[in-house]
Amino acid sequence: MAGTGSGAGTGTALETVQADGTEGSCVTFVLHDEDHTLGNSLRYMVMKNPDVEFCGYCITHPSESKINFRIQTRGALPAVEPFRKGLNDLMGVCQHVLNTFERSVKEFRAQKEEEMQ
Amino acid sequence: MAARRSTDEMRDRVVLGEFGVRNVHTTDFPGNYPGYDDAWDQRRFEEAFRVDVIREEEDTLEFDMVGIDAAIANAFRRILLAEVPTMAVEKVFVYNNTSIVQDEILAHRLGLIPIRADPRLFEYRNQGDQEGTEIDTLQFQLKIKCKRNPQAAKESSDPDELYFNHKVYSKHMTWVPLGNQTDLFPDADFRPVHDDILIALLRPGQEIDVLMHCVKGIGKDHAKFSPVATASYRLLPDITLLQPIEDEAAETLQKCFSPGVIEIQNVNGKKVARVANARLDTFSREVFRHEGLKNLVRLARVRNHYIFTVESTGILPPDVLVSEAIKILMGKCQRFLNELDSVPME
Repeated sequence: MAGTGSGAGTGTALETVQADGTEGSCVTFVLHDEDHTLGNSLRYMVMKNPDVEFCGYCITHPSESKINFRIQTRGALPAVEPFRKGLNDLMGVCQHVLNTFERSVKEFRAQKEEEMQ
Repeated sequence: MAARRSTDEMRDRVVLGEFGVRNVHTTDFPGNYPGYDDAWDQRRFEEAFRVDVIREEEDTLEFDMVGIDAAIANAFRRILLAEVPTMAVEKVFVYNNTSIVQDEILAHRLGLIPIRADPRLFEYRNQGDQEGTEIDTLQFQLKIKCKRNPQAAKESSDPDELYFNHKVYSKHMTWVPLGNQTDLFPDADFRPVHDDILIALLRPGQEIDVLMHCVKGIGKDHAKFSPVATASYRLLPDITLLQPIEDEAAETLQKCFSPGVIEIQNVNGKKVARVANARLDTFSREVFRHEGLKNLVRLARVRNHYIFTVESTGILPPDVLVSEAIKILMGKCQRFLNELDSVPME
């Protein structure tokens, strides 16, 4: 038997499916309207977490745009924690990449200006 | 020492063998390698990460991203292709079309024309809204009629001389402001990016009179909304000569790679080959066709060094596109973090 948790309201993007008796340490998240773009990058960030025993994602059917994202943790850590940490880490990576990229473009243009003069 | 070196190779090089590619997948996860701490460390990432802009032209940007994993670099590439929004013609209201281009073909062609309009100034159209409002729609008109030129020479057969307006170009599309758009965008000049896109051909008596609605969309929905001509990346090549290669073999080696990769130096009177600039190589694997050379060279790619090339269609400059793509990935993460916080999870 699987217990499903989902948000109130219509069209939520995130559902969880977990089997009874596992105490939340292994959970499958169903992410709607997502594909390899978020799936693979989030999988990488969650796998970098030493508390995670297993992390994988699959696209259930190519006609449906949703992914099953499964996390199993060591010990009794609830699986939502590595999921949340993975999302936060990915945001941190993107923020840093954005700052570094914009800074590099600015420096490159400033350098080109100097060479022109 | 050798064991350590081979694990380093496994961790940071993708090796191109004669018949296959080795070490393709990322394996530096915690617990895979004893003695390495592979847990995620933002500070370590920030120290090792850098972006170098190599070349910037009007619509093309070539830059290097070093120190990031394939999953994230690929996510940026996928978002650049399919999820950065643009404005494109979606609905074409045909009032009169007596040209030989069928209505639906004409509408399809109009949809593919890139429109110079910053999509960040507009909203997405609401689902089910048929007319559109001034905050989500741009209206264009194409009204053109082909006439015979009375002044043309009797025996001329050149269509440019015989007819007026026989070629319908994208420059004939004019912006028709909706509602208060003239106040919202006082200095705006909404038009197709290129003036010389040939839409249809006409002969005297034929005319085209259409009204077009442009909406905001993403490449996932229809490729006409994709803001990049293409966006791609490749990994930095890494060519290592396992033994010194001299004389004739050096000449053959130089011809096996793209020009500029291998240079021949004169050392003690002998010609010695040296890897000058591996970045230029396109890895044709020609070296594997030479029995004497194939075991002396190791072809590999640096796993975390990505050379991105982003070519914009002209709607937004390529550096803006990359910034938008990164923000969209952040937006996706934020959406799920909000979901997690709004729903009490047991």
